[in-house]
Amino acid sequence: MHSLSTGPNPGDQGGEARPEKLYEARAAVHNKRIDGPFRRFKWFVMLVTLGIYYATPWLRWDRGPYAPDQAVLVDMANRRFYMFGIEIWPHEFYFVAGLLIMAGIGLFLVTSAVGRAWCGYACPQTVWTDLFQHVDRFVDGDRNARIRLDAAPWTWGKVFKRGFKWSIYAIIGFATGGAWILYFADAPTLMRDFFTAQAAPIAYITVAVLTLTTVTLGGFMREQVCIYMCPWPRIQSAMLDEKSLIVTYKDWRGEPRGSVKKAQKSPDDFGDCIDCMQCVAVCPTGIDIREGAQIGCITCALCIDACDKVMAEVGRPRGLIDYATLEDCEREAKGETPRPPWRTLLRPRTIAYTLIWGSIGLGLLFALGVRSHTDLTVSADRNPPFMLMSDGSVRNSFTLKLRNMESRPRDMEIAVEGLPGAVMWSDTIRRGDAAPKQIVTVPADQTLTVRAYVIVPAETAAQDFAFLLTSQDEQRETDLVETRFSAPGEEP
Amino acid sequence: MANRRIDEPTGTETVGHEWDGIEELNTPLPRWWLWTFYLTIIFSVGYIIAYPAWPLVNKGTKGVLGWTSRGQLAEEVTAADLAQVSVREALARTPIERLPEDSELMAQAVAGGRAAFKVNCSQCHGSGAAGSQRLGYPNLNDDDWLWGGDPRAIEFTLVHGIRQAGDDETRFSTMPPFAGAFEPAQLDALITHVLSLSGKGQANPVGAQTFADNCAACHGAAGEGSRELGAPRLNDAIWLRGSSREDLRNQILNPRMGVMPKWEGRLDPVTIRMLTAYVHSLGGGEDFVEVAADPAIDVDAQP
Repeated sequence: MHSLSTGPNPGDQGGEARPEKLYEARAAVHNKRIDGPFRRFKWFVMLVTLGIYYATPWLRWDRGPYAPDQAVLVDMANRRFYMFGIEIWPHEFYFVAGLLIMAGIGLFLVTSAVGRAWCGYACPQTVWTDLFQHVDRFVDGDRNARIRLDAAPWTWGKVFKRGFKWSIYAIIGFATGGAWILYFADAPTLMRDFFTAQAAPIAYITVAVLTLTTVTLGGFMREQVCIYMCPWPRIQSAMLDEKSLIVTYKDWRGEPRGSVKKAQKSPDDFGDCIDCMQCVAVCPTGIDIREGAQIGCITCALCIDACDKVMAEVGRPRGLIDYATLEDCEREAKGETPRPPWRTLLRPRTIAYTLIWGSIGLGLLFALGVRSHTDLTVSADRNPPFMLMSDGSVRNSFTLKLRNMESRPRDMEIAVEGLPGAVMWSDTIRRGDAAPKQIVTVPADQTLTVRAYVIVPAETAAQDFAFLLTSQDEQRETDLVETRFSAPGEEP
Repeated sequence: MANRRIDEPTGTETVGHEWDGIEELNTPLPRWWLWTFYLTIIFSVGYIIAYPAWPLVNKGTKGVLGWTSRGQLAEEVTAADLAQVSVREALARTPIERLPEDSELMAQAVAGGRAAFKVNCSQCHGSGAAGSQRLGYPNLNDDDWLWGGDPRAIEFTLVHGIRQAGDDETRFSTMPPFAGAFEPAQLDALITHVLSLSGKGQANPVGAQTFADNCAACHGAAGEGSRELGAPRLNDAIWLRGSSREDLRNQILNPRMGVMPKWEGRLDPVTIRMLTAYVHSLGGGEDFVEVAADPAIDVDAQP
């Protein structure tokens, strides 16, 4: 015990030399079927989340002839993101960043209010694992049948059952990946192209990769993703405190455990837990909740359903395993009444999260409401900075980018402001039509690049001026961009 | 190994070592992690067989797929060339006079010309086509053209070059050297007169007379120049080789005359056409009014 040596030391080995167990096989989880309020809630959440996932790409939203009519569409090729009435351009990606921040703070809020509810009900890993576990049950039978089948030798019957089950896995995985790609192109068109082998290779690759990951993560990895891979349980363990709602085994009530018979013999020696192991049997991550809060507990509350059922059968009060805060557990153990649920929900932490979450949301909505659908950027040519013409006048060239974020073509006026005598033409406007103001038509939902030539009479000094862009419709949106006119003799 | 024991609070076995009272629990790695590791090894074996991998003395192993980064580049260049075929065909078909009417094709031509200009022309004319007054390379952005600035004239210049030896149709003109021809005072007066043509100096009778006798034949009576002869305009604000008295004196006594190579034979006709479109688009391009009447210029034949 005092040696610092880590290498094998024959003197220490004695008779107890055993092979080191470096790697551990996963202990399969065969969770038992259970019914109860939380199980039914889980069904409901699964229906809603999967329903949203599969139905959303098929929703339509009329945006007129110049934009796609898919309600939610991430149009990578044209760099547009559509979400119902909102259209986001790449330079407005901060809206998406804002949504992600809201999602993050939303998780904080949910965690501080109701614990790991995300993990237990809404996380895709949970939903798909649940789905795959139902497939297991459908094909192989309930817990005991599955344990037996697992241990059984590979007979033809087992091969058939496994093949059938894994085919269903593959179909679910394919449906998952297949729905994913529909968010990135017009869903009906892509669907038709996909099954007539006309879709882009990336569509098939994406579906193949997502099928593989869905089957691997949902069909085989399952709870290991939560326990070994996911960072969120770790963050959550740091966020939970004695006021957080968790699934708790009330040990002061349950311990010491004993069977019903033993408890009948000597009622004073035993607690309410009859050690029936139902809570372990139904657990989708295969943990024993009676060991206390742990990283493997996703708080899906199926053990509550199981325990309540058993307690009802043996005639003891429900809630031996229950949603509770550690603080309430202490009060309850001392015989005090627990605090009302609203006090769990309404406390400074949850209120602060709600305020932050809400204000980011309102801020985003405000920014979305007041954003301009017209924009101008100006880049002055620097090579050469100015051009002397034969009559002594001086010309500068500018690259203007006119952005029209409306789904219709718009006329826009470009005016040179604050440069006396200046006239302007462009790569599409003839020099003979040079004027201080020009009208150009910007196509729907596009940025138009205009190469503008501004010319001033001889002897005009270098000076600052501005381009003013005005949309020629009822909105009259404007954008003023200052820039500089260079001329001979200008100090660098 | 050393003294393994079960750790009371966790129920986990220790590895049996102890460091100043600190013991390590034996928590085995999940086995799937090990499989992932083996998978990466299997993948690397396949990769080494399929792709170039082992460095040898002179070269690396080639890999059975025969992939090379140069080969990939060649494929991509071929694909890019294929994508341009229709544009290049359209450009070859369209006479240069018709090009500005088709704004989309014109934009493609300008883009292609911009790339070709950077490779072939920027060495003299500069990357911004602003030329060099010190070296006498003309600025292509302005509206002063020595030989004409409409697309057809520009294309002709590109095809045949300027003072290109061995090309019968090349743009050609010579300004004779006047070293020793004038008295110093006469030369001074001539310089003053030339500057006065563009409002830079006082009118000067001696200079005016000298100009009329020696220079006006090519440069015109008022210094308006001649594009047929490639004689620069002297009554404008633009000076090919500088406007100081010293610059003018040097140019009169020992004229320097620029040479531009002909690009016919070096570049294909479509690239020349794209270069034409680009140079014309730089801002000083002219419409077909001034030079287009010259019947000698015949570049409309199908390339």
